[in-house]
Amino acid sequence: MKTYLIEIKLNKELKEVEVTAQETLLEILRNKLGAIDVKDGCGKGDCGACAVLLDGKAVNSCLTLALQANGKEVTTLRGIGNEKNPHPIQNSFVKHGAVQCGFCTAGMVVIAKAFLNQNQNPSRQEIREAISGNLCRCTGYEKIIDAIQNMALESKS
Amino acid sequence: MAKFNIIGRDTLRIDGHKIVTGKAPFLNDIRLRGMLVGKILRSPHPHAEIVSIDLSKAKSLPGVKAVIGLDREKTRYIGNHVAAVAAGDEQTAEKALKLIEVEYKPLPYVVSAEKSMEEGAPRVYDKRPNVEKIRDEKRGDVELGFKEADVVLERTYKTAIEIHHPAETHGSIAKWEGDRLIVWDSTQAIHTVRDGLARILGIPAGCVTVIKRYMGAGFGSKLGLNVHTVSAAMLAKQTGRPVKITLTRKENSLCVGNRPASLQTYKSGVKKDGTLTALSLINYTTGGVKRGDRCSEPLLDVYRCPNLHVKEYTVFTNMGGSRPTRAPGHVQGTFGLEGFLDELANEIGMDPLELRKMNYTTKNRGDTGVPYSSKGLDKCYELGAEKIGWHRRNKTPGAGQGSTRRGLGMSSQIFWGDGVPGTLADVKLYPDGSVDVICGTQDIGCGTRTHMAVVAADTLGLQPKDITIKLGNSDYPWAPISGGSLTTPSVAPAVRDASLKAADHLKEMAAKKLKVSGKDISLQDKKLADKNNPENAISFKELTRDLRRETVFHGERKGMPDGFAYNTFGAHFVEVEVDTETGQIKVLKVVAAHDSGQIINTKTAESQVIGGVTQGVSTALFEQRIVDDTTGTLVNPNWRDYKIATSMDTPEIIPIFVDVDDPHINILGTKGLGEPPRIPIAAAIGNAVYNAIGVHIRETPMTPDKVLQALKQKEVI
Ligand code: FES
Ligand code: FES
Repeated sequence: MKTYLIEIKLNKELKEVEVTAQETLLEILRNKLGAIDVKDGCGKGDCGACAVLLDGKAVNSCLTLALQANGKEVTTLRGIGNEKNPHPIQNSFVKHGAVQCGFCTAGMVVIAKAFLNQNQNPSRQEIREAISGNLCRCTGYEKIIDAIQNMALESKS
Repeated sequence: MAKFNIIGRDTLRIDGHKIVTGKAPFLNDIRLRGMLVGKILRSPHPHAEIVSIDLSKAKSLPGVKAVIGLDREKTRYIGNHVAAVAAGDEQTAEKALKLIEVEYKPLPYVVSAEKSMEEGAPRVYDKRPNVEKIRDEKRGDVELGFKEADVVLERTYKTAIEIHHPAETHGSIAKWEGDRLIVWDSTQAIHTVRDGLARILGIPAGCVTVIKRYMGAGFGSKLGLNVHTVSAAMLAKQTGRPVKITLTRKENSLCVGNRPASLQTYKSGVKKDGTLTALSLINYTTGGVKRGDRCSEPLLDVYRCPNLHVKEYTVFTNMGGSRPTRAPGHVQGTFGLEGFLDELANEIGMDPLELRKMNYTTKNRGDTGVPYSSKGLDKCYELGAEKIGWHRRNKTPGAGQGSTRRGLGMSSQIFWGDGVPGTLADVKLYPDGSVDVICGTQDIGCGTRTHMAVVAADTLGLQPKDITIKLGNSDYPWAPISGGSLTTPSVAPAVRDASLKAADHLKEMAAKKLKVSGKDISLQDKKLADKNNPENAISFKELTRDLRRETVFHGERKGMPDGFAYNTFGAHFVEVEVDTETGQIKVLKVVAAHDSGQIINTKTAESQVIGGVTQGVSTALFEQRIVDDTTGTLVNPNWRDYKIATSMDTPEIIPIFVDVDDPHINILGTKGLGEPPRIPIAAAIGNAVYNAIGVHIRETPMTPDKVLQALKQKEVI
């Protein structure tokens, strides 16, 4: 199968990787670049677990071809913050009990980050809309909304 | 009740940051050297004989390392396993599946429960009828009860088949080290998986270790040993390499369980003052090739009624088999029973909450059995009704005006959740002052790690983050499955027991050092001190140095005295808005009051309630497995067409935990909470809709078409 060499900046690190035309960004992130913090919940664009930032914009990586990411910046959950140096949105998720099993969390945090970049003063309804493509089977959504809303409030004050 | 420092407070998840920064390894994130990818070939026929299987072509495909038949003569549903392959990568494994040649002889099949019950329907099992009785229970004399009643009412309720759909699909990795098998599994039951593997593979249980690290929940679908796990072990044995098999979302929909449907017909007699004189139920439940759920537990138990008769039947079909689904039977039974009670209340012009209070019991089996060890349902009624503003309800159902109508409804909840005696946990103290708590339980996503740490820290005068939690390994001390809301009331008391022993030991050591009696030593804030002279103290860390070696304290969750029934209780109060033009139901607010005894951690407990309510909203409004009756094909085997609640659908949810002391159930007085919040919510929504529009939707999911149809029928009447 024909392969292409692409270049992406993954969490600020430049990476070169051989991909096929069929491969999705999700597949190469998890299988070739070790970004296992990106989750595969359905592989079909239905759940949002695989969300990443592509040049700052949130996309479902299972619906994005690897080739489409060529020359772009990809930010995953780990790129947003790490255990030693977590991002305030990650802290807010823990503080508000917005995590149960945590499988949806990767996508939720990524979406929340992209959303808060654009809207620093969101209403609850706006947050609902922002995360409506992200399914959570355990926690429900109310604590996740709390986490996003409080993060916005705190960063304002 | 014992006074606690950390137990019952708001503690953050000790693994929270690990999860939110993507450092928690889920099954599919585990990568082993030389690991192969396994896949399962599944039957495309709802019912067929397997005439022959030819694996040779698949075996000769380059990159394929092993192909095995899975010993079947018949397949009984679409998705039934037939063979398995292991290959170097996923694409090759998939190609190999296509090269396996299976000759099927299709047999007559039946996929709908209605048709399965008909005379002469194709049989799912040769030697069993399609319809089997699974419960026949009586007390008193129902016929007499009906005669004594002022009103006798009969109504039928229906619930749809639901799929668990945990966020992470099923998956296992198997690896052999000589004669020892190590399995990483996304499971709610490491010990069950271990014992099952040992039995099937014919090796000693001690040679199998099952490890579960982080998992994307299960809701009952991951409670037992799975075919893909056994297949991974067999393929790994054959190839001498680790094998991973993860299921797709479609496989998750087809063959790892579902919540059985129900068709419940209630009949009851009631006096004008609200006294129940007779209750009867006939239920037909469908769980595909497996048994359906008994739905009558709430009916048998929760309200006072001397005369009762329950008959339940399971109806087999050629569809994937059921598995316990978060509060099996209770969810369906509560939807029927609690909806029915509201209709009864309306018949006699009584407030539905009053009807429930009127028939309140403190003994189980409808007041004919033994006392409950504790029952805070009355408090749930009181606090829940106050919080929602129960007086605001329409005194007559459907009394409101306009095209959008609001209504209030409620429902009671009863469940098990008592915990399993014999659960073991160890506390290990090290001379450097560190502490392990070790238990062969599994954290399926609810926060068990944190609960264990909270209990140990509270008992040992430390903070939860000071404790290292070791769980999710079948080599650790035994703990039960994580199902039936058992985990906390099994594990927490065992940890408490071990921690108390450790604390006593430390107190004795400190007593010697400080030259006072052990009874006079307090252990808190990382310090052991003379209660009468707090200056005379030694730090936890300094004292543990004298241990010289690690020291283990064994804890056990003890038995419960006979003569009591051990249950959890709750009541949900709901406000809805119904658009009578579109049939849309909007849930506005839910007050969820629960008696789960002593809460270990309010942070995780609230999350549990909110998550359970959210799933219940989903049951009430959206969830249904849809099957094409003629072909048996699953129409919605994905997360697009199988609808679950999203952030756009969930209301404000207010959890309340009532203060209940239970000295009998275990040393912490704690009861389960995993399933209770899932149980009453759909019924409460149904009752709120009834209160809003004056017609009862007797079927889940309560989709707009059903609402509109019901409204139309009301007009006609
Ligand atoms: S995995 Fe991409 S949306 Fe579900
Ligand atoms: S926390 Fe499990 S899916 Fe969201």
